[in-house]
Amino acid sequence: MKKTVNDFLLLENKQLNKDNFQLLLQSPLPISDIYPGQFINVEIKEASEIFLRRPFSILDVDYQEQTISLLVKILGRGSKKLTEAHAGQTINAIFPLGKSFTLPDKSDRILLIGGGSGVAPMLFLAKICGLDPANVSVLIGARSASDHIDVSSYRNYGQFYFATEDGSLGEKGYVTNHPVFSDQLDKFNKIYTCGPDLMMKAIGKTALEKDIFCEVSLENMMACGFGVCLCCVEDTKTGHKCVCTDGPVFNVNDLKW
Amino acid sequence: MVNLEIKIHELAFKNPVLTASGTCGFGEEIADFIDLSLLGGLVVKGTTLKHREGNAYPRMAETPSGMLNAVGLQNKGVDNFIRNIYPNIKDLDTHIIVNVNGSTIDEYVELTERINELDKVPAIELNISCPNVKEGGMAFGISCPSAEAVVRAVRKVYDKTLIVKLSPNVTNIADIAKAVESQGADSVSLINTLLGMAVNAETKKPVLSTITGGLSGPAIKPIALRMVWQVYNAVKIPVIGMGGIMNATDAIEFMIAGASAVQVGTAIFIDPTIPLHIIDGIKSYMERHKIQSVNEIIGSLQC
Ligand SMILES: Cc1cc2nc3c(=O)[nH]c(=O)nc-3n(C[C@H](O)[C@H](O)[C@H](O)COP(=O)(O)OP(=O)(O)OC[C@H]3O[C@@H](n4cnc5c(N)ncnc54)[C@H](O)[C@@H]3O)c2cc1C
Ligand SMILES: Cc1cc2nc3c(=O)[nH]c(=O)nc-3n(C[C@H](O)[C@H](O)[C@H](O)COP(=O)(O)O)c2cc1C
Ligand code: FES
Repeated sequence: MKKTVNDFLLLENKQLNKDNFQLLLQSPLPISDIYPGQFINVEIKEASEIFLRRPFSILDVDYQEQTISLLVKILGRGSKKLTEAHAGQTINAIFPLGKSFTLPDKSDRILLIGGGSGVAPMLFLAKICGLDPANVSVLIGARSASDHIDVSSYRNYGQFYFATEDGSLGEKGYVTNHPVFSDQLDKFNKIYTCGPDLMMKAIGKTALEKDIFCEVSLENMMACGFGVCLCCVEDTKTGHKCVCTDGPVFNVNDLKW
Repeated sequence: MVNLEIKIHELAFKNPVLTASGTCGFGEEIADFIDLSLLGGLVVKGTTLKHREGNAYPRMAETPSGMLNAVGLQNKGVDNFIRNIYPNIKDLDTHIIVNVNGSTIDEYVELTERINELDKVPAIELNISCPNVKEGGMAFGISCPSAEAVVRAVRKVYDKTLIVKLSPNVTNIADIAKAVESQGADSVSLINTLLGMAVNAETKKPVLSTITGGLSGPAIKPIALRMVWQVYNAVKIPVIGMGGIMNATDAIEFMIAGASAVQVGTAIFIDPTIPLHIIDGIKSYMERHKIQSVNEIIGSLQC
């Protein structure tokens, strides 16, 4: 679908835990063909120090209702302001942006690894990939149990594993310490990941060593989000690429990791 | 019906609103959002003879009412422009202007000669004001003799409309404007970005990979307006104004201060439809003030 600048109607803003909110936005125009990894660039209104829009991944889409969901984690002033928005408010946004993950083939066994707000595109991918749930594993990392969002509505799409730095939920440690990753990686032929840079780099390096297909979704700082400012570039093996238009999803083989 | 047509040298523009170099790509990137043919003109991304990778990431820092960038003229070079981009945009019903960059006078001249071969590029904007490159760029634009030397050399090989883009990082911009006018520039455009810097207090590190970068957006508007007014009073050639224009009122203020046309830059990052809103806003301002031709606004400042 064409990219547009539009006023979305905020239908719901639900607090999931201390720092995470789920926003449900209704588009004034029909929505079509939205895939995991794509994002929306949201205007933050009435915030004096904020000039640029803020990008957020698509968590879910309902074509019938013309709605999209976002998972917003409070990081700084902009994300905080956005989580204070009320249902009924309009939110101006540029949508849809970026390229999606490569959807898996029927015979694939995939591991999806999300950290922090990076779980959004992973949950979306689990939901729409169309694979037998036995062949979909989702590994989610967070600092502590209270930082994890409830994923019970996604349980039918795959097997879920958790890691927390303090051991309060699932395995203690980082996602890369979890046995699904550290011992059983051979079970998978594709890895998809989104989350903090260090996490994605550790995953990407292992995938390269073991020669497993691996796509990562980068979160470089953006000014425009649609390819005109050239601020968001990632240094790839074929030169500087715009994360907003060539990505945000990249195959680790193309990165200089 | 109000008349929005303006002229820069002998080149007529259907309206005075252009998009600024480095902020609208090559037009194609914003074609989803707006009908490009409604623009007065489109100044494409800074072009160089050879492919340039630009500076390392991070290249951007958000600042109060603006941003710093340190892109450093990333572009695929003039051959790529002529082969892969020009064919797609040449038939647009708006003026395509190429922003010409070099690290030596010879490079400026050679690049200008290449662009001169393109029938559908009626003007170049000679960028002697990029703050984000080590060689050339702004170095040419901050002294009268070097600015004169580049313009003189380029003028010899270029008969179409020659716009020279000035740097605000100088003590007296009117002197530079007069210098380039004396060497045959048909117009000056200003301002390019102001040299600035951002520091991360937590890490004690600069935010940008290049430490310093170029400041743009509403934060620079008062400076840009002042400079447009100073230059307008110093030269006879038309002035193209830019710096922090976000809406029609901003654009009209620049025209009142002396700009014959304006360029919209950073505002496009916030909303790529802004240039069209500005055109509409200028129209309704003219209707409201019973102004028939937009030319009546230019330099109408009453002191
Ligand atoms: C393609 C893409 C998809 C994203 N998807 C989501 C999502 O689904 N959910 C979500 O909660 N967040 C997502 N983000 C991150 C989100 O955009 C940032 O958290 C947000 O812009 C921060 O704005 P702020 O005003 O709250 O923070 P600021 O006040 O601007 O910054 C606070 C601190 O965070 C750092 N920071 C800000 N933005 C980024 C960034 N993009 N990368 C690294 N550090 C940053 C700043 O340097 C600063 O130190 C995504 C980012 C991108 C590029
Ligand atoms: C990200 C970015 C890239 C730019 N690239 C160029 C360029 O290639 N050539 C040029 O002459 N000016 C370039 N500029 C400067 C703009 O064209 C303009 O002069 C400046 O940003 C001030 O206007 P504004 O405040 O409306 O953006 C760039 C500005 C930005 C923000
Ligand atoms: S954010 Fe502007 S080009 Fe990617």
